[in-house]
Amino acid sequence: MTAAPFPVGQRDYSLVGPDSRRAVEIGLASAEWYHSDVPRAVMKDLMKRTDGPAIRDTILWFALLIGGAWGGIYFWGTWACVPFLFVYSVIYGSSCDSRWHECGHGTAFRTPWMNDVIYQIASFMVMRNPVTWRWSHARHHTDTYIVGRDAEIAWMRPPKTLTNFLALFDVIGATRSLLILARNATGRLTPDEKDFVPESEWGKMILAARIHMAIYAATIAVALATWSWLPLMLIGLPRIYGSWHMVMCGHLQHAGLAENVLDHRLNTRTVYMNPISRYIYWNMNYHIEHHMFPMVPYHALPRLHEVIKADLPPPNLSILDGYREVFASLRRQKTDPEYYLRKTLPPSAKPYREEFHTLNIARSNT
Amino acid sequence: MPQWIRACATDDINPEDLIRFDHDGDTYAIYHAPDGRFYATAGRCTHEDVHLCDGLVMGHLIECPKHNGQFDYRTGEAKRSPVCVNLKTFPVKVEAGTVFIGLT
Ligand code: FES
Repeated sequence: MTAAPFPVGQRDYSLVGPDSRRAVEIGLASAEWYHSDVPRAVMKDLMKRTDGPAIRDTILWFALLIGGAWGGIYFWGTWACVPFLFVYSVIYGSSCDSRWHECGHGTAFRTPWMNDVIYQIASFMVMRNPVTWRWSHARHHTDTYIVGRDAEIAWMRPPKTLTNFLALFDVIGATRSLLILARNATGRLTPDEKDFVPESEWGKMILAARIHMAIYAATIAVALATWSWLPLMLIGLPRIYGSWHMVMCGHLQHAGLAENVLDHRLNTRTVYMNPISRYIYWNMNYHIEHHMFPMVPYHALPRLHEVIKADLPPPNLSILDGYREVFASLRRQKTDPEYYLRKTLPPSAKPYREEFHTLNIARSNT
Repeated sequence: MPQWIRACATDDINPEDLIRFDHDGDTYAIYHAPDGRFYATAGRCTHEDVHLCDGLVMGHLIECPKHNGQFDYRTGEAKRSPVCVNLKTFPVKVEAGTVFIGLT
């Protein structure tokens, strides 16, 4: 195929604009993506579902939530409540994202209802409509960082650094999520939502939003009745004051890398992390591996990484190392929105569909 | 009456697995169920046209490798979103260690 590289100029990240149409025209939409070669027997073993690891992690998850909430309530009004609410808020406001994600894929547990129950709980915690996000996330996997197709591009170019880092305590994101749920609860859907959610699911979307909003309304009512912030500190607000870890990890996934390529090795980042972050993030630091093979459960991603790492760019060695790279790239993108960090593939790796980033390659090396 | 086309040998597919079978410009998936029976469906997911042969067979379900949608490959019924449209199924017969797919 000899498609022209994506034109330089202002990007339109909406899902119904000119970039969306162009992505379809030049073959970037719903395209065939690169996959590293993995023997079928090995892949079958990696994909195998089991309940054990996720049950163990979920028992710990609930224990931390219950213990954190207990301490927060018991010591409320004294400094002693701070460490309890710190743990509670990170488990609520950050690890909800990875539980939502893995259970949404249906890979965390072997037993489907376990995935569904944790998916619903985590969707509530992360303030996402469980119906909408199942579909938007499917699109993110189909068209990862394809402009005009992917509804989950966090770092649009030119980057708004201040806005995105204000999001560290996700005030903007959480407020936006709440407003979306409130809008959905009134039965209103945007053209973007109608684009990626099939019509048969719209009723479920509205119902889910109404349930979430009813729980928030009840929490506010209890807070007013008791004239205390405590109910809100336990339900709703942890999505803001405990989301820093989710945001910190989330920014590392794709920021500063290529758009409009069909190779996750070039638009996604794998970062080695400490075991606590890996528990909170459920191994999504192996993010190239996850995008390339979304059927591999979180607990098998370290093994998958070992199998394919010779075909991947070298991983970032720590969160700090990842951020050094992200900041350097975003700084350049502020003045040159066409710039992106071109990940270097090892000599043993196969290149793929170079025609889509020929232009950008030239710019990234200047 | 279907026309019976040779798809593969029975031992070409491990139990609880599938293979891709291409014929006459179309692509099919042939399954070896854990109970030893064989089944056949269209080879591509109804959600986004992805080959199912890289997916995972769990019992009588096939999970699509792209977004983890699931079908019951015996009936083609869509079982897990994002798949909403059922998969086409085809009759299968096994004779002398060979799997045949019935195409009309
Ligand atoms: S392509 Fe099969 S579930 Fe999406």
